[in-house]
Amino acid sequence: MSPLTRRAALFGACACCALATRRAVAASDFVEIAPGMVFRRGVDEQASVANADAIANTGFIVGAESVAVIDPGGSLADGQALRAAIAARTTRPVRFVVLSHVHPDHIFGAAAFTEGAPKIVGHARLPAALATRGEYYRRHLAELLGAEAAGPVVTPNLLVADTHTLDLGDRRLTLRAHRPAHTDTDLTLFDERTGTLIAADLLFIGRVPSFDGDLKGWLAELDALAAIRAARVVPGHGPVTTDWPAAAADLRRYLSLLLTETRAAIAAGVPIEQAATRVAASERGRWALFDDYNPRNVLTAYHQLEWE
Amino acid sequence: MIPRRDLPLLLLGGALVAARPAWADDDEDKRAARWKEVREAIFGDRAIGDGTSVVGLDAPPRAEDAALVPVALLVKDPARVSGVYLVIDGNPGPLAAHVHFGALADPRRLTLRVRVDQYTDMHAVAETRDGALLAVSHFIKAAGGCSTPMGSQLDASLADAGFMRLRLIGPVAPGQPVQALLMVRHPNFNGMQMDPVTRNYTPARFIQTVDIGFEGQPVLRLDSDISLASDPAIGFGFTPPKAGKLTVAVRDSSGAAWHEAFDVAPLS
Ligand SMILES: [Zn+2]
Repeated sequence: MSPLTRRAALFGACACCALATRRAVAASDFVEIAPGMVFRRGVDEQASVANADAIANTGFIVGAESVAVIDPGGSLADGQALRAAIAARTTRPVRFVVLSHVHPDHIFGAAAFTEGAPKIVGHARLPAALATRGEYYRRHLAELLGAEAAGPVVTPNLLVADTHTLDLGDRRLTLRAHRPAHTDTDLTLFDERTGTLIAADLLFIGRVPSFDGDLKGWLAELDALAAIRAARVVPGHGPVTTDWPAAAADLRRYLSLLLTETRAAIAAGVPIEQAATRVAASERGRWALFDDYNPRNVLTAYHQLEWE
Repeated sequence: MIPRRDLPLLLLGGALVAARPAWADDDEDKRAARWKEVREAIFGDRAIGDGTSVVGLDAPPRAEDAALVPVALLVKDPARVSGVYLVIDGNPGPLAAHVHFGALADPRRLTLRVRVDQYTDMHAVAETRDGALLAVSHFIKAAGGCSTPMGSQLDASLADAGFMRLRLIGPVAPGQPVQALLMVRHPNFNGMQMDPVTRNYTPARFIQTVDIGFEGQPVLRLDSDISLASDPAIGFGFTPPKAGKLTVAVRDSSGAAWHEAFDVAPLS
């Protein structure tokens, strides 16, 4: 038995001890950032048994008649913690579970919300992305957390190709489907009542971004989002509420540098493996998890930009 | 305490690069047994000696992206070596590439981008002109590179399959070696990626041969298999005796073939 499976088995057999030493999520982690709008910040870490993949921001919005979940969390266990946080605040039913994009740290909690059969909302391209990657993600998450804590893949049944409005009673949420940016399945939301933009992973704060969508596309979508007048923004990673569009400054600087330095490396004939260690190196120290993601971001950018 | 690098890392970049998946094999005896098996399948009972003074293998200790791992095959004794094999022991289809050098090749540095499916030894095996095999090895931590779903470039790779580009790195002068990067648009399906619409595995369709020549003289021939990353990029050196055309012929496993010619002229 490998150390990993031993540890995963331990987690499965004695979740209470693991949670006692370091609880993945506590009720107090959920913060009401605006009336009827509650979010929890994910930890700036890689997924682990200790954090149950609760590494992305998750939350919910309460309307007069129903509740919308915006990113159900990184594992079934994470989704269950979110469900408990909702139950502690309202008896209104969860009618919508929004999956902001295909990445596992945002969506594997969806299986915690089967009761009442809420609409599972996603980008029009999300079913295809989940068909290719869902099982792959699930298998790796299950290897880490155990199959039960990881949860199954949940496929959206309300698809957004352009824009769509969810009605929670007296509260309307406008969803917007983006062109390839962070991924090719990115959705953002706008809560009209509080003027809050929920940018999901089109906005990273403090924790280095990752991407497998389109680098130039992401910068373009950021420009479009910056035109939205919002009282506050909720990023996919980082502090759950901050000012918009000022909060995008660091991300824009990083992505722009990734673009220009990768292009320069290609033009100068710098091989891809050397580019991976050099490009955007000046950003090290400004971001959590920089060395875990930056080299990979450079490889992806290089592969995209060398065909320009 | 388990070192952090030895826990699977759930990378957001679309792929989960498990740094230590359940199927990982970092047991040295098992790796040696695997190499014996693979070696016999590829080279039969031919002896393989220590290649340290003849050949080198430059690859990262840990893959940042298991579906795009840059690898360099280094030939330290070009006069002695006629070709070099890249073997990724733990991959399905371990023989990733066999390069046969032609008269105009500069074999000192050849680069490829490969997929690596699990923790594994990789081997560079040089074949000398008198028929000896000499190898060096490199252990790499990577996982899932062969089944990783393809990224957002898949559409472009499919639409433009066979489209080629050549980058010359450094100045060109007659009789002087120059490094070049040949890029070929091709998804290089290995039969282990799932199709989003049909939910079946996309049938394998990958580049099998790349023939590079210069004005009718051979530079190199690459025989490859499912381990090359999508949109293969092959870095190689060659010595153009004069201005002329570098010709490339690419053939994939479906029988499709593409031909291209690139002008190589000294900068004046
Ligand atoms: Zn993401």
